[in-house]
Amino acid sequence: MTKTIRIDGNTIPFEEGQTIIEAATAAGIYIPHLCHHPEFTPHGSCKLCTVKVNGRNCSACTFPAMEGQEILNDSQELQADRQKLTQMLFVEGNHFCPSCEKTGNCQLQAVAYHLNMLDNHFPHFYAQRELDASHAEVMIDHNRCIFCTLCVRASHEHDHKNVFAISGRGINKQLIVNAESGLLKDTDLEATDLAAHICPTGAILIKHTAYQVPIGKRIYDHQHIDQVSLALEQTDEN
Amino acid sequence: MQTFVKNIAEENHNLATHLLRILHAIQARYHYIPEPAIEQLASSLNIARTQIIGVIKFYSFFHLTPRGRYELLISDSITDHLLGKEALTYYISQKLKVAVGEVRADGLVSLDNTSCTGLCDQGPAGLVNGLALPRLDRARIDQISELINQETPLEHWPSELFHINDHIIKPDLLLNHPITPGHALHSTFKRGITATLAELDFSGLRGRGGAGFKTASKWQYCRDEPETERYVVCNADEGEPGTFKDRVLLNSYAQQVFEGMTVCAVIIGAQKGFLYLRGEYLFLYDKLQNILTERRQLGLLGNNILNSGVNFDIDICLGAGAYICGEESALIESLEGKMGIPRNRPPYPVTHGYLDKPTVVNNVETFLAAAAIAHLGGDWFASIGTEKSKGTKILSISGDCARPGIYEYEFGTSIETILSDCGAEALLGIQIGGPSGLFISELELQRKLAFEDLATGGSFIVFNKHRNLLDIVNNFTHFFAHESCGFCTPCRVGTSLLKNQLAKIVDGHGSAGDVVALEELCALVKNYSHCGLGQTAANPIISTLARFPELYQSRLKNISYEPGFDLDAALETARQLANRNDAAAHLTQVEQD
Amino acid sequence: MKTKIRIATTSLAGCFGCHMSLLDLDERLIPLAELIEFDRSPLTDIEHCTNCDIGLIEGGVCNSENVHVLREFRKNCKILVAVGACAITGGLPAMRNFIPLEECLTEAYIDGIGVENAQIPNDPELPLLLDKVRPLHEVVKIDYFLPGCPPSADVFWAFLNDLIAGREPSLPYECVHYD
Repeated sequence: MTKTIRIDGNTIPFEEGQTIIEAATAAGIYIPHLCHHPEFTPHGSCKLCTVKVNGRNCSACTFPAMEGQEILNDSQELQADRQKLTQMLFVEGNHFCPSCEKTGNCQLQAVAYHLNMLDNHFPHFYAQRELDASHAEVMIDHNRCIFCTLCVRASHEHDHKNVFAISGRGINKQLIVNAESGLLKDTDLEATDLAAHICPTGAILIKHTAYQVPIGKRIYDHQHIDQVSLALEQTDEN
Repeated sequence: MQTFVKNIAEENHNLATHLLRILHAIQARYHYIPEPAIEQLASSLNIARTQIIGVIKFYSFFHLTPRGRYELLISDSITDHLLGKEALTYYISQKLKVAVGEVRADGLVSLDNTSCTGLCDQGPAGLVNGLALPRLDRARIDQISELINQETPLEHWPSELFHINDHIIKPDLLLNHPITPGHALHSTFKRGITATLAELDFSGLRGRGGAGFKTASKWQYCRDEPETERYVVCNADEGEPGTFKDRVLLNSYAQQVFEGMTVCAVIIGAQKGFLYLRGEYLFLYDKLQNILTERRQLGLLGNNILNSGVNFDIDICLGAGAYICGEESALIESLEGKMGIPRNRPPYPVTHGYLDKPTVVNNVETFLAAAAIAHLGGDWFASIGTEKSKGTKILSISGDCARPGIYEYEFGTSIETILSDCGAEALLGIQIGGPSGLFISELELQRKLAFEDLATGGSFIVFNKHRNLLDIVNNFTHFFAHESCGFCTPCRVGTSLLKNQLAKIVDGHGSAGDVVALEELCALVKNYSHCGLGQTAANPIISTLARFPELYQSRLKNISYEPGFDLDAALETARQLANRNDAAAHLTQVEQD
Repeated sequence: MKTKIRIATTSLAGCFGCHMSLLDLDERLIPLAELIEFDRSPLTDIEHCTNCDIGLIEGGVCNSENVHVLREFRKNCKILVAVGACAITGGLPAMRNFIPLEECLTEAYIDGIGVENAQIPNDPELPLLLDKVRPLHEVVKIDYFLPGCPPSADVFWAFLNDLIAGREPSLPYECVHYD
């Protein structure tokens, strides 16, 4: 007999070893997330995928699906709190969408749209962050890093390199690269690496490609992230 | 330096898991971790330099830029503040001509704050090159300044400066009757593993770190794991401000703690154990190593313990200034030479702990009690306490009381009794379980020390009526923002937002909506954080808002909104550059009618 | 005759792009004009707003004059709306927040290319710059936010229609954009 969990009242099947988000994705249910990617080891840090499992908050991307779980995902309370967590990410870094090349293709922005986030709510930190444009083809704008570690994991698990890492503590966290000089140009990163393309925000960008698709014709200008994400991740899982 | 680093790495068998020990040695020798050392270590330990840099930046006691040859750190615990820490730090700063957070131009001395050093009963306290300095006062500062300016090596400093008291004021069940080394092991072997585990189960012993998981169950689960490479870890990363009982237990009862670890090893079938000692207790390190050596000589550690055929040994690992490492999975990460970031659960350490092997992590006091139970049986322990909290709890009492120190109480004892024993008068309230615990007021003195009521890891800080509650909450809130590992969004960003939002209210810039905003933020940080640090970081605010709402209200302005930053100060640079000071060059903080 | 809803608008540290977008309502302005009238606004010659129902503000707060205008709006508008990216986050002007003010002014008035009579302006008539550009909600209480750079005419249309009809305003998904 198939094992099942219930998400927002819908019974869905899962396989032993699946996390809640994996089971949900397979069943066509979108759970908002930023640090999760089906291809890589779950991280569980952005907390957007928090769901209520039998009344207790759990990260859907790391918590295993287990028989009989009663899960709340699309509740007003969770969506409101996810919006606040997203606002925290917006005020922590410096996200000026109108001047960002990634606008329209940015998952942080798209999740915010999905959550109907209209403002940043909290006072901004206006943190002093740097730009690393040393590499010929790839650049890092630290202002937009949300510490999801997707680049870290992609570099390690997919590209079999070790280009990125997160250092520091608390609000002073920082993305660092593996070079004695500390500069991206001195790492073995290539523009074809998955790590250079996986950033959900505009923190890691491929140079010279910014406006090939004009603003207004980009992914999330027309599609909702729940649909885009499900389409992509269901393919990834197969 | 190359040779020094090479030797240190080799002494540590070029093991990446030994990264913290290696960095401790380099930091001690050079007062920072020089870049060439990072490169050299990356290659000899075969790890990415980013991992090394990550570790250095994560732990407060490692630095990428040079500290003074005498590195002075002053404990920033609320208890040190109660004892005049602020004025004293200013005095030190004047005396040694070095600003807080800076290194003196000649490189001789640096001064900074550090989180609670666990000397709350004998503060204000500090550390010099990692060694604890209790009972600081002006006379001692004069003496220390002299020693530093004359560049007297630490080993020639008067030992009185480093003398730390146990202050055991009220011993009971455990502290009154330390067991003779070897007795618990003898009894365990004699009784057998299953029977000893049954005794432990019957004793009702629960973890003393605060969470209170049943010790026998934890050991049983670990024993039942199919993987046979297993580990015992003693969590002596006592970082909760206001707690210092583990310091005393390791100073005066270490034999019994190690014996408890060994009993655990026998039961779960571990061959290797670690004592994770917080960096602030460096002064205990050599003493503890000597005790381990002694135990090896007595046949209580090492190969074939007491001719039982059991092999088990214990290693001591030093933390490096990170409160989060008190969280068991963060502690394990740290033991593995990494940043102390709590792991996702499940899996739990009992199935996937150190090196992903089954691992029992227990508090110092838990091992102390387990050893006694292994020797004396479960009944002895279970006969006292309450239904769900058996035995005694050892408290670290500090703050506004006549007799700060170590107190052991039967579970179920009322707060009133404890207060009268330690000599607390004109009470404002008590912080139980440290900042992550609960602030209770004088109206709650009938409440009891027990998992069913007031659970605590041991911190018990008394505040009298002359204290400013909001200053206390402010100190705690800063502490969490400083110690957040930054892994998850709600804690990383939320603890800093909490700090700023609280400051806005405390500084008198708040309006009614700001308390609502504060409460909303508290709920987010509490409900969504990854680990116990974040989940409890808002407790100081939540528990005092519930008890003293009028205190917060009294700071609010009766207006709809006020900016959280100083508007007029925001014009200061422009005023200076334009050389203006006319009326139009100023702004009021709120609109004047 | 039914009383018209009085709307005041202004641009603080903004580019008037949001105002242009409001005018993009084009022919929809005609039925709207039946229901609303403008008080203080770049579209009128009224210098100060009084007794308004809605205040629409684009741009962030970059100087002391912005603070005064914002306060005037807050005091005289029942509903105050932050319009556009700059009003909501500080926007492009806030990108100077990462450069010390002294450097900004020195570059503009002392060391910049082609600067003559180099001196930092000090006429008391001129407003002084704040050390950082702030979004509106960090200075006064804001009731609603219309994101976008600029918010499209549809955003204004949806929002104003909700308010006029006495509904709690809400923006449909396709109206939420930050660029």
